Amino acid sequence: MRYLPLTPDDRRAMLARIGAPDVDALFRDVPKSALTSLSTFDLPDTQGELEVERHMSKLAAKNIAAGAAPFFCGAGAYKHHVPSAVDHLIQRSEFLTSYTPYQPEIAQGTLQYLFEFQTQVALLTGMEVANASLYDGSTATAEAVLMAQRVTKRGKAILSGGLHPHYAETVETVAGLFGPMQRTAVMPGSAEDIIALIDEDTSCVVVQSPDVFGLIRNLRPIADAAHAKGALLIAVVTEIVSLGLLEPPGAQGADIVAAEGQSIGNGLNFGGPYVGLFATREKFLRQMPGRLCGETVDVEGRRGYVLTLSTREQHIRREKATSNICTNSGLCCLAFTIHLSLLGEEGLTRLARINHAKAVALAAKLASLPGVEVLPNAFFNEFTVKLPKPAAPIVEALAASGVIAGVPVSRLLPHDASVQNLLIVAATETNTDDDFDALTAALKGAI
Amino acid sequence: MSMNNQGRPTGAGDPNRRRPIAPGTVTPEELDTISGDRGLDHEESLIFELDHGAVGVDLPDMEVGDDRLGGMRRTARIGLPGLSEPEVIRHYVRLSRKNYAIDSGLYPLGSCTMKHNPRLNEKMARLPGFGDLHPLAPASTTQGALELISQLMNWLTTLTGMPAVAMSPKAGAHGELCGLLAIRAAIAARGEDRKRVLVPESAHGTNPATAAFAGFTVDEVPAKPNGHVDAEALKAKLGPDVAAIMLTNPNTCGLFEGEIIDIAKAVHEAGAYFYCDGANFNAIAGKVRPGDLGIDAMHINLHKTFSTPHGGGGPGAGPVVLSARLAAYAPIPLLVADGKGLRLIEDMAAAPDGAKPFGRMCAFHGQMGMFSRALTYMLSHGRDGVRQASEDAVLSANYILASLKDVMSAPFGEGPCMHEALFDDSFLEGTGVTTLDFAKAMIDEGYHPMTMYFPLVVHGAMLIEPTESESKESLDRFIHVLHTLAEEALAKNVARFAGAPHLAPRRRLDETAAARKPVLRWKPDTLKQAAE
Repeated sequence: MRYLPLTPDDRRAMLARIGAPDVDALFRDVPKSALTSLSTFDLPDTQGELEVERHMSKLAAKNIAAGAAPFFCGAGAYKHHVPSAVDHLIQRSEFLTSYTPYQPEIAQGTLQYLFEFQTQVALLTGMEVANASLYDGSTATAEAVLMAQRVTKRGKAILSGGLHPHYAETVETVAGLFGPMQRTAVMPGSAEDIIALIDEDTSCVVVQSPDVFGLIRNLRPIADAAHAKGALLIAVVTEIVSLGLLEPPGAQGADIVAAEGQSIGNGLNFGGPYVGLFATREKFLRQMPGRLCGETVDVEGRRGYVLTLSTREQHIRREKATSNICTNSGLCCLAFTIHLSLLGEEGLTRLARINHAKAVALAAKLASLPGVEVLPNAFFNEFTVKLPKPAAPIVEALAASGVIAGVPVSRLLPHDASVQNLLIVAATETNTDDDFDALTAALKGAI
Repeated sequence: MSMNNQGRPTGAGDPNRRRPIAPGTVTPEELDTISGDRGLDHEESLIFELDHGAVGVDLPDMEVGDDRLGGMRRTARIGLPGLSEPEVIRHYVRLSRKNYAIDSGLYPLGSCTMKHNPRLNEKMARLPGFGDLHPLAPASTTQGALELISQLMNWLTTLTGMPAVAMSPKAGAHGELCGLLAIRAAIAARGEDRKRVLVPESAHGTNPATAAFAGFTVDEVPAKPNGHVDAEALKAKLGPDVAAIMLTNPNTCGLFEGEIIDIAKAVHEAGAYFYCDGANFNAIAGKVRPGDLGIDAMHINLHKTFSTPHGGGGPGAGPVVLSARLAAYAPIPLLVADGKGLRLIEDMAAAPDGAKPFGRMCAFHGQMGMFSRALTYMLSHGRDGVRQASEDAVLSANYILASLKDVMSAPFGEGPCMHEALFDDSFLEGTGVTTLDFAKAMIDEGYHPMTMYFPLVVHGAMLIEPTESESKESLDRFIHVLHTLAEEALAKNVARFAGAPHLAPRRRLDETAAARKPVLRWKPDTLKQAAE
């Protein structure tokens, strides 16, 4: 087996040093009844690279990649162009095959990019501090609600109807153990609906902007209402490129920002791995979940970086930790950091403007179709259209003709009859005018 | 043992360990370079300090006449630095050179399983059909991805002998949470209220943290002097309020819990569930099926046992295998086959008959990028290779234990151990060398230190996990270095240990200062001055 360096001679020599007759003697603590033979496992035997590659390639070829068709899916995961340098750099052995930087003297590479990542996330979100990433946007949102419950010592959370339904379900599964979770109506979900539910038992209000339907919200009135009752505002962002053009949540009164960073540096990967961004106010620092990297000096006075404030974490605090999280999303946040470094201020701003311009152009085209209505007034690179017929069958029919039209809302909210004609459509810098024409023509034919 | 056959410098006292310096030239220590760099060891500024207004992408400047941003356009600059592509590449390449990595050396971190990461896995994960596939794309366009998940599920359930697996947890600790939430749901379905979870004191910190996270109280079970869980104490703690036990097997001392079947029986008789932390499954994969041991739920760290890369701390993946008693409570999404092929059930209310999902762990369907790597690993190894890998991992750990126990103290003595060899620091007593010094001295020798101070059940633990990826020559060299270091410590040659490492990109860092006055982000000098 090509990955196993020990030869039969090596194994014999090693057993002789150990003083064991055979390798099974090393498994002597295992109950005899539990030690199996190889034939127990109905699985294939070792295969060479060529055979494995053939097998995997066959599976991959059964899928339609986003780049292989006019493509308009968003709703929490976005198709963007990632510069070639990003994937090259994250595959360097020293990044790819290193462990969590627990020995800082020989992990300054990882630690420094985490420090850069934390700075970038704080700048983008307009917050004071950010951690070194969580698993993804949805789990970051759940962690944010748990943190709000700790900070306020209250259980109830209000989830805006525009919060991605998968995010809402993730929050309810975890934070719902510690208090009631109230969702507001899906659409239009005005700020007043949300504000009316805030009371003295409310730990936090969770509002996504742009929301799952693409709508951009002004968070300020909700933040003010929440703060008046001693509750926190958690702002959720699933399309992080939007912050290249939009007022950051930190400037609108958010106390915690939980975001999905996939759009910068990371591929679609059928849903994971992604990178959860988590930022907050300095005063909540010690209530934060996840790893933090901090600046310090070595004994010679040279600047360096270490994991810090680990007294919040599970390996020190055990059952009193702020979270059970251990892994972060290391390599994905490296990809984020490198891509954002390539973009810089000017690149990100341009990228965001292109995305918005494309979406505005597509919205105008689709709105010209009879019976099709673009719902949100304000949006970034994604919006919802109301079709004259149920959206899901249309999406499947269009897929068969080679156009991936978007995400039917019924896929996210299967029990809400009011949404079955709604389709979420995203446009990014990867879409061409030909793509727009293809979608418009196909949709026209289907309705 | 002579290691000089390749002209390598060896241990202390070897006259050839440093090249002679010609008279009149400076020693490396004396050479104060103009640049501050030292040969290949470059100092590197933060990316923010390299800003000079350049840009590393070429994008058209496109502006919409009338934007549709609802008056929410950003007014202030973000503050991101601007660099060209060559500058960005050089920056991150220079940073990468400051990291230790499994590709460059043996990485003996116990409990972390730093094994070889085959590059075929990387290539397969990047096939556009997987890497460029949207999670909510129409089902008819994702059949290959669903088939991949289904095949991986088959491998996981077959290797573990368990009937079901929940694929969405994103890491080991997330898998623990998934398992405990399934247990919570199963208990609630029985109309019971059980709040206590038993956790051995040798457990990973994530175990008690997860139990608390899932709303349970934690009750610690002591270890016996031989490193095994105290099964009698455990049984004595069982009662009508106990929801589950969380046991790691092989345990964190590197030992197989031989009484596990008996423990499982007692746990089930008390109406509780058996959660197994599967972090150490790599010792027994292809040899022992956890399902035969009476386990109800176990997460599998794909980034350990099945070698998806650690990536400097993630991403991981932690699918959870479930017994028949818990299978019904698996979270959404559920993968099912029907007449039209494979499909995901993404809605609680649409669950098939008998399924009672407890909720959702995350958006979408889990760490697909890790699934494709793990399946590639499994297909490459095959069942025989998986079994051989486990045997080699155990053999290598025992080889290290047998080769070092004459100089380093092994608390559970004679072995055999499983895939990791545990030492404690009693051999350093009275030498003036601390455990930390000893570990840091390994850095000067070109090695990443072993796991230190874990597990907590022994004093000054040093946990070594060589994995199956090392050749005998590599193991011999590691053993030689560690053996010699231990001899040096026993000879009270304190100087080489105190203040180590000397030869790393950084000397020891002030972690106390970092925690006392946290600096967690870069700020421009003007802001810093304003703050002061």
